[in-house]
Order: sequence, then C-alpha cells, then structure tokens
Amino acid sequence: MALPTTPVPHALPGSGATLLASDNRHEMTKPSPVLSLRGMTKRFGSVLAADHIDLELARGEVLALLGENGAGKTTLMNMLFGQYTADAGSVHVWHEDGAEIILPPGQPQAAIEAKIGMVHQHFTLAENLSVIDNILLGTERLLHLNRNRRAARAKLEALMIHSGLEAPLDRKVRELSVGERQRVEILKALYRDVRILVLDEPTAVLTPQEADTLFASVRSMVENGLSVIFISHKLREVLAFSDRIAVLRHGKKTGEMVTADADTHSIIRMMIGEEHDMPERTPGTPRDSVLKLDGVSIHPTRETRGLSDVTLDLKGGEIVGIAGVSGNGQSALARVLSGLLAPNAGGIEIGGERLAALTPRAALSHGIGRIPEDRHHDGIISALSVSENLVIERLGDADVQRAGFLRRASMAKNAEALSAAYDVRGPGIHARSALLSGGNIQKLILARVLETHPNVILANQPTRGLDFRAAAEVSRRLIAARDAGAGVILISEDLDEVLSLADRVLVMHAGELTETESRDRASIGQLMAGHAA
Amino acid sequence: MMDILQIFLSDSFWAASLRIATPLIFGVLGALLCERSGVLNLGIEGIFVVGAMMGWLVAYLTGSLWLGVIAAALSGGLFGLFHAILTVPLGLSQHVSGLGITMFATALMSFAYRTIFPQVATPPRIEPFRALDIPVLSDLPFLGPVLFQQTALTWLALLMVGLVWYLMDRTALGVAIKAVGDNPDAVNAQGLSVMRLRIGAVVAGSALMALGGAFLTMSAFDAFFFGMVNGRGWICIALVIFASWQPRKALLGALLFGMFDALQVRLQTMAGAIVPGQVFLMVPYVLSIIALIIAARKADYPRALLKPWFKGQR
Repeated sequence: MALPTTPVPHALPGSGATLLASDNRHEMTKPSPVLSLRGMTKRFGSVLAADHIDLELARGEVLALLGENGAGKTTLMNMLFGQYTADAGSVHVWHEDGAEIILPPGQPQAAIEAKIGMVHQHFTLAENLSVIDNILLGTERLLHLNRNRRAARAKLEALMIHSGLEAPLDRKVRELSVGERQRVEILKALYRDVRILVLDEPTAVLTPQEADTLFASVRSMVENGLSVIFISHKLREVLAFSDRIAVLRHGKKTGEMVTADADTHSIIRMMIGEEHDMPERTPGTPRDSVLKLDGVSIHPTRETRGLSDVTLDLKGGEIVGIAGVSGNGQSALARVLSGLLAPNAGGIEIGGERLAALTPRAALSHGIGRIPEDRHHDGIISALSVSENLVIERLGDADVQRAGFLRRASMAKNAEALSAAYDVRGPGIHARSALLSGGNIQKLILARVLETHPNVILANQPTRGLDFRAAAEVSRRLIAARDAGAGVILISEDLDEVLSLADRVLVMHAGELTETESRDRASIGQLMAGHAA
Repeated sequence: MMDILQIFLSDSFWAASLRIATPLIFGVLGALLCERSGVLNLGIEGIFVVGAMMGWLVAYLTGSLWLGVIAAALSGGLFGLFHAILTVPLGLSQHVSGLGITMFATALMSFAYRTIFPQVATPPRIEPFRALDIPVLSDLPFLGPVLFQQTALTWLALLMVGLVWYLMDRTALGVAIKAVGDNPDAVNAQGLSVMRLRIGAVVAGSALMALGGAFLTMSAFDAFFFGMVNGRGWICIALVIFASWQPRKALLGALLFGMFDALQVRLQTMAGAIVPGQVFLMVPYVLSIIALIIAARKADYPRALLKPWFKGQR
C-alpha cells in the first residue's frame, strides 16, 4: 500500500489494513468518519502553534498523534475540545445516525455534548473532592437540591467492570496515586458516554505495567466502537497500540501512515525532518569511587517522599542510571546531592571526606555539577543574562570579579566561547535567559556545569521536554564527560533513556534504591512497580 | 476563681457570646464562600461598613427593618460584584483589589452619611430588631435567655450556617464551587463556567458579609457610627482559616471569639482595678491568634486561592 508521507490536505481516514478488513465485512465503502478537523490554526503571540492542520478519525480507530515537544499536538487537541479558541478552522463531528455537526469554537460544553472526552496530560481533577464528585461534576443540574446518586453510582460501577478501570469512588482524589488519578480521568470521560476519546500523553506518569493495563482497557473499549486519538512521543507504544499515525512538526502536519507499515526510522524522519540517530553507548571504564552514599535516609513530608537507607557507590568514568516513576524519592535524592536537604540519617563520602550533609557551597567545592530537574525554575535565574547565568556558580573566581566588581569584558568573552562551544542559541549573551527556549536553557546549564570539570554530575531528567536533537546533544555531552573521568548520576523516568545511557541501572521505588543486573524492560518495570525481581 | 466559674454559669454571658458572634458568623460564612471559589475578599471590612450604613439608612428612610436587611445584602453584593469583576475576568491582584474595595467602600459610606445628614451631631436612631419573645421557649431557664431572646438576625445567621453547609456539602453547586477553588481547569473541562461560578460565589459571599454589618446598626446598636465595624471583617478573614473553610467550624470559631470578647468585658469589671483594661481588650485577639496558630498548621487552603484563571492560556 502506498504511504502518504507528505502533507495530505484531506487524508482519507482509515486506510489502515486492519480497518479495511473490518469494514469490508459491513460495507464496501470507506469507514464512517466520526471526526474531522479542517484547517485548524492557532497563534500564541508570535508563535504559530498550529498551522492549518487537517485530521480525520474513523469509527473504532486508534490514531496516534506524534510529534516533538512544541509540535502542536496538545494545542490541536485543546482546540478540538474547545479549551483554546481556534483562530481558524472547523471541527466536524458525525453522530451515530450520520448527522454532521460543526462544533462552535472555544466551548468545552459543546465538545462534551458531541460526546468527545479528553484526558489531559496534567490532570483536571479537583483534589479536595471525592472521586465520584469529580466524575459527576458538571453532569448534574447545579441547583437541584435532592441529588440522586444511586443511579449514577450504579452506572459507574457497571462502567468500571466493563472497562476494567477501577477507582475508589468515595476516596478524595488527593489520596490517590497518579495511576488511579488517570483512571478517574478516563472514567470521567466514559461516564459521559464519549464516542471519541483523546488521551494526552497517557503513559507519562505510569509504570510500564500500568501502561500495558491501560492500553488493554482502551483496546477493549475500541472494539465496542470507541474512537481514540492518543498523543505520545514514545515510539514504542505508538507502534504497538495505534492503527494509524499522524505526525506534527512545528505546528504543521508532516505526514500520516498506517502503523502496520511504519517503523521507527520512518517515523523519526517525519518528526524531525531528517534521519537522526541517538548516540551509541560505549561501555564506560569505571575508576575509583568519587561519591558514596551510606545508608542515607530522609523522613517523608507531606509533599515529598523520603528516602530509606539509600546506599550508592559512584565510580568515576561511569554513568549510573536511576530509573523509576517520578515521585518515588528521586527529588529527595537529588536535593541531598545538591546540598539542599540534609539527610536524617546516614553519611556522604566525597573526595575521601566524610560528611553528614552537603550544603550547596560544599556540593560545588567538592565538584558536584548539578543539572536540575526543573531547568526553568532551578537551573537559571531567568531575569539574569546568559553571560551572568554562565558564571553564577563561580562568582568568586578571578576571571569573574575583581575586588567585588564584575569583570564584564571577561564574562562576555567566556559567554561567547561557551555559547559557541555548546551551541546555545538565542537573542545573544546579554539577553535575559528567560528568552531562551527550553533546549537552549539546558545547553546553557550543561555549559556551566561541564566547564568546571566536575567529578560528579547529577543529571536529573536532563532530556525531559527536549526535542530529539537537543536530547541527543545532552546525551553525547554526558557520555563525553564520563569518558573524561566524571561519575554521572542520571535520574530519568524514561526507561529507554536510562537503558541507552547507563552503565549500571538502579531502580527507585518508594524511597528505596535497588540495583539490578537486568537490562530487560519487563523485569525493571516490575522493580519500578515495587515488585521484587 | 469562683467568680470566673460564676461567669461561665450565667446565662447573660452565653447570650452575650452569641450576640457578639452574630456579625462574625455572617462574615466568616461570606469569606468562606468567596475563598472556597478561589477568591480572597479583603473588601470584607468595607463591605461590613456598607451593610451597616445601607441597612440602617434604608430602615430609617422606609421604616422597615427587613427592607433594610435586603438593601444591605444587595449593596454588599454590588461591592462584591465590583471585586469579582476586577479579580475574576480581569485577574487583578486579589489583595490590592480587596484592600481598595475596603478603603473605597468605607470612604464612600462616610461621604454618603455626611451628604445625607449634613447638620446632625448625633445620628438619627431607628427602632432596632427586638429580642424574640417566643411563648414557652423564651421563658425557659438558661436556654430561654441564651437562645430564644436573641434578635431575628442572630437566628438568620444560624440559619445561614445550615444553609451554607447544605449548599457546600449536599448540592452539585457546592461541589462545583469547591472544585473551582481547587482546580479551575477541572471545572472548565467539565463544561462549567469558571467565571460565573467565581463571580456568583463572591457576590453571594459579599452579601452575607454585608448582613454582618447590618446586624451592627440594626440589632446591636440603633444607628450608624464611624469606625463601628472596628476590624470585625479582618477577624473573619482569620476565622475562616481557623474554620478550615468549613461552615460548621466557622460557627464554632465565631462563637469562640464571641466568648472571649464577652469574657474580657466581665474580667475587666472584676479585675479592672489591678490590671489595665487594655490588657483585657487584647484577650480575644491574643486568644484568636493562638487558636489560629494551632488550627492553621493543618489548614487546607483551597489550592487555587489567589490564582487568577484565564481561558485558553498556556
């Protein structure tokens, strides 16, 4: 079958083999469309986030919407659901009986009435309400005094059995795990009898097992006539789970293909416009210990999970990957190593010196380079310029200040050199660093950290939200730093990233760190879910 | 020691506690409604003044106390609408807008008073709400004076506690208000209007606050004086945290403050010769701060409080 890999203005929906097969049984014509987006356009300031995007969805189809961060996937879906008002374009929906309606822009209520449901990447749940209140929100008449919940509850219980998505109806949402919250989000949509379900990066916060369970549930619902659009940038699940793939890049649709005919290379080419390979991992050559954690424990607080008895021996010249679902103690570990949090028990040995706790100053003086998780918030001071941010961790150095006065000329020279070496692009070295894109901010941080030649590099989610090229660049830099003798701690919730970079793999679950010899996704997934391997 | 025990056993002490608590009950319920929807209303102090002035003025002009009560609620709601428009669709700082409303309302009421009564030295008096006289109940020992010889406005306040509780806990509207104060995106995604819910809650809450002011001129006293609100609005802002945004705890908090206040008056007369009276005046505030410190540690703020929400913003 010919593949439409170039922009197709009005691509025929469901040219997929599976779909044709099933439709042939019913009728010999095209599968019936349920949704058609035409010429959807949205501008945020000077950024054209969506540029005349057309998209069609057939009944009973799973369409994967693929693209790098900022490609316009979420923007497009938010226009579909009426949360953003489209600047141009129209949304057509076909009812069961074939009647076509055009949704008014900017009205979620209209999308809901057209039986479209959306599960947002950032959950839209009121945490102070119970699960059932969240699900029923907006479905009841507001001033109806006598609420009859028995019928609603019965319907929900039937739904839960039918879909295999369980949630504790009477618990407050704030008490639920992320996996449970996601099930509530989906139940919320199903309760309104949606025919079209949009899932925005549904697996971002799930363990591999939870993701598999989710896909199995969605699959069974699709067989009952549900149509699904799911947004992702994980190629593996897109290939495993979708019928058809549409790719967005820079706000434009760059191609569509049937999943059965797609492979990783062709998809990546459509996503980034060129062939691209992630850097190959070469085995590291571990040297002497550079950092030891010995039974480090942190008491949990209301906001963050603690650590229990974490022991780690980091050698120079190796990358230790810490896998795990976010919120299992990774941020506590990162804060301990950054000198922001003093352990309640245990010790830290660095450069032959044994300490009870690090301070930010001690972390720097002992050569710990820190690449923080939230690069916008913790990585830079956005009101300061690029050149200032580049020296912010070594303001005392002789080339930065003399007698307390900044040496602007020397700082500018430093910034020019580093910007060139690390390919930091932006409005210039004197511009506020807030004006840089996420990828360039990360390159700025890398430049600052690596130029001091740290013994230990703490890289916390270093490629999160970066596009392929920027992510590959970060990976290459980390490998180079390792080969130069640094010990790298890579914390990532992307298991593929850990597997592709790390010399040793550790799994963090519920504040405990477990080392595993395995390189097998399934058995590491077991550890991530807290099951002993 | 015996004297203090005597205070707690006297019906007049408990009757006074409830009476002092009444404006606070209205105020805390009003603040609770606003804040549950995610909007802090520091206009409360000024809205108290509006309620006191407008209630009294309309009662004076029409001779009808209940018309005065309605006028107080409506004018309070109007100032609430002003605050809501500034903070909800326009998304301005809730602190600045609220304080502005307080100063504007207070000044406007003084101006109106001076304009309407240019020549008077003492404000004209109205016939205030009288104590209820319910057969049998009002004559009960202890309970009679404490509960059944209060004025109609005190009963209205208690009724409002039940009403607000029922609204928040038992109706879909209440659930929606709580949701919009926790996560407006959730409300929007379910097809409800964040703007309407918030504006509605702020207007209704402000109307309740104004009733607290009306109680002062139409029940506790019989005329409007400058400075008569005297920080009661601010107390309500603190009490709503103490109450953890729950109507029943709001009643408890208001009653506690009323008790402290009633207690300090009696202690002053007992020990006024030894200790300066100002020390006792301080008592309710000091005890409130202590109660607040204990309660606020566990306070469960509405997560979206103070955060403006705009449709379709990323």
